[in-house]
Amino acid sequence: MSKIKKTTEDALSPIKDGDQVLVGGFGLIGAPLTLIDGLTNKDVKDLSIVSNNLGESGKGLGLLLNQHKIKHAIGSYFTSNRDVGEFYHRGEIQLTLLPQGTLSEALRAGGAGIGGFYTKTAAGTQLAEGKEQREIDGELYVLEKPIRGQVALIRAHKADTLGNLVYYKTARNFNPLMAMAADYVIAEVDEIVEPGELDPEAIVTSHLFVDAIIEAQQVLTKEGVVSR
Amino acid sequence: MTLVLSKEQVQHSIAARVAKEIEASSIVNLGIGIPTLVAQYVEDSSIALHTENGLLGVTDVNEEDIDPNLVNAGKLPVGEAIGASFFDSAASFAMIRGGHVDYAILGALQVDETGVIANWAVPGKNIIGVGGAMDLLVGAKKVIVTMSHTSKDGSSKLLKKCTYPITSIRQVDMIVTELAVFKVINGTLYLIELMNGATLEEVQQKTEASFIVQL
Repeated sequence: MSKIKKTTEDALSPIKDGDQVLVGGFGLIGAPLTLIDGLTNKDVKDLSIVSNNLGESGKGLGLLLNQHKIKHAIGSYFTSNRDVGEFYHRGEIQLTLLPQGTLSEALRAGGAGIGGFYTKTAAGTQLAEGKEQREIDGELYVLEKPIRGQVALIRAHKADTLGNLVYYKTARNFNPLMAMAADYVIAEVDEIVEPGELDPEAIVTSHLFVDAIIEAQQVLTKEGVVSR
Repeated sequence: MTLVLSKEQVQHSIAARVAKEIEASSIVNLGIGIPTLVAQYVEDSSIALHTENGLLGVTDVNEEDIDPNLVNAGKLPVGEAIGASFFDSAASFAMIRGGHVDYAILGALQVDETGVIANWAVPGKNIIGVGGAMDLLVGAKKVIVTMSHTSKDGSSKLLKKCTYPITSIRQVDMIVTELAVFKVINGTLYLIELMNGATLEEVQQKTEASFIVQL
């Protein structure tokens, strides 16, 4: 069966209420803006969103926040969308804050079948409270668990019809990690090409990780997010 | 008495002083704020700048060459150097946590007299952002802190003990303010330089933390 989906709605059909959804991007850079826009039109609630940020105010994941579709957000830096603080203050969203390196490694572990890992990051700080800490070779480490999602929404530059992916500059960020860490992975790309057209040495995400592909309709430009 | 400098001049004086510390062929991660300015004073082309969002080989960019998908940790547009490479966030933080980055230049809200810093949360405000600060603290070979010597109300930012949540139990290596440069050795602050015409008396008066004078 072809992985190429004709509509965003079709691509997003596996997402259901209460799912944990991994969403790529560093702010709006490398965020799957078309898929996020598609979610704003889908009747779904109580989502757990794993993403570095919740977009910006009224943009990217900020749209879903404002629709009250996000129950819990797991990320490293929510400060970039001032609305998140207000939702949090009103008790309308649960937040889990992780250091950025811990978030990315937890996703890598989730995708790689690793049951957890010890990191020095955050050891002895407020963010380690309630977590196991232990000394290894004289240094203090914190135990962190892997992160997985039912669905991942990722952004790549090009896909071939098999689902092999290449990325573009700093829009790569969390995307290849999230592509490995979900049961169902939807990739939004600028261009879909035939197998053989991508250099096998340049492919970052192999096709076995990818379940569905759509072409991007909402793209980030110098002037902001535009429909193409 | 300290020279009267604009806020911008103060920031540039700190950035220029930090740049002098960076050895040839180093890998350097610059934080947001004053640290970003350090790039303007790093002239040695053997030094490579790393940004947490997945680029080694950061350069300035001209207005006409701005690419919305090529940014630094502050989401500001940047360029890519010859020999640059892109990588995912886990690889980027493996570089940071794994001890492959030589210098992290970071801002701070407070520093205590052992060199422990607080730079990610203010009590009473929603604690909703940490980013890469904690990873840089544990992983960079040397950590240099840039900050103003005092808060807006005139109180010292170099304290006996941080009152804000700490970023790491690891002590930083150097602190550069508009008044002074401190080295941290084995949990003790050493005043090694005065900046912008500041006097020892002025630094003593504006510093709550204990330090050893080694001018």
